[in-house]
Amino acid sequence: MSELNEERAARDATNWAKTVSRLDVTDMPDEAVDLVTGKRLVGPIQGFGQMWQKTYQVELPRDQVAPQELILTWKQNFPEFWPEGNRFYAPLTGIAPGEVALINARMPGKMTLSTGVMVLYADDESFTLMTPQGHMFAGWITFSATERDDLTVAQAQVLMRASDPIFELALGLGGHRQEDLFWNTTLERLARHFGVETEADTTVICVDKKRQWSRWTNVFQSTAIWSTIYTLGTPFRAVRGWARRGSTG
Amino acid sequence: MTEATATFEVQRHGIASVVDIKGDVTAASEDVLMAAYQDAGDSRAIVLNFAGLDYMNSGGIGLLVTLLVRANRRSQQLLACGLSDHYRQIFELTRLDEAVSIHDTEAAALNAVGADH
Repeated sequence: MSELNEERAARDATNWAKTVSRLDVTDMPDEAVDLVTGKRLVGPIQGFGQMWQKTYQVELPRDQVAPQELILTWKQNFPEFWPEGNRFYAPLTGIAPGEVALINARMPGKMTLSTGVMVLYADDESFTLMTPQGHMFAGWITFSATERDDLTVAQAQVLMRASDPIFELALGLGGHRQEDLFWNTTLERLARHFGVETEADTTVICVDKKRQWSRWTNVFQSTAIWSTIYTLGTPFRAVRGWARRGSTG
Repeated sequence: MTEATATFEVQRHGIASVVDIKGDVTAASEDVLMAAYQDAGDSRAIVLNFAGLDYMNSGGIGLLVTLLVRANRRSQQLLACGLSDHYRQIFELTRLDEAVSIHDTEAAALNAVGADH
């Protein structure tokens, strides 16, 4: 293999996750709910609803932060920029290809959805998270930073379909607005970290108006359903835990 | 915006068009890829030949999804050939292989859609 080809192969292997058939979650704190282990990854092709490309951006002076420094900071402190009430349980090794993170997302009505993401891709100027079965949407979100004139542009870009009919309905009933608010807040907090007070820009494109009705059965994997079942089962798990401790103590 | 570092050359083979991809495919390649797709016109099948691909990041994979939607809208079949083992695995990982049929060679892809080569 030539030196150039070796270099390319090394870059491919470093930046992309390895192929996995099912996700496996390890080393998470006790309070993180794992409804992700055993799930498959799903991209926009496997989703149910209309396909959307949503782009959120903030601009920062380049002399304040360069793209690579911004991405490094974003990777290292990813959960800290999220809006209050939402938890991102990053893997111990951080944002690295193939790592799986768990998410407890706050929904209207104080409901919490438990899901996760896998780091599909990561390099010095971008990283991409891909969703598992049951997640609110099927797709990926890419975080990147680029130079434009004397600015560093930080961007989050979502390419997704709602996973199932329930989430498609929810998106239409305020879910899109909530998602826009979520990522705008995240980017504004990121900018504030570098001492910049600014408002994020949002660009939304409907890539495909068609719904994939053949994918309606995704609903059986829905985290809305499984998170509810998990929450309802909390007292029973607590009793079982006490009983076990009693029998061993 | 980052400049595109990939080229996309279109060749017509009867009912199919082959898009030869060379260089690095990233989100910055959007305009040139979509221009190549326009050049492919009303072909019944579009074969993406990745034999000259140097590198593709997740932005590039996103572009392929967008291209797939456009092709589906026009009832065109999308095929891929010339993928290295690594990018074959990336197609599997991102589950693009469920919508884009993958062939070892350009000739095999053209045979699959009954086009001349």
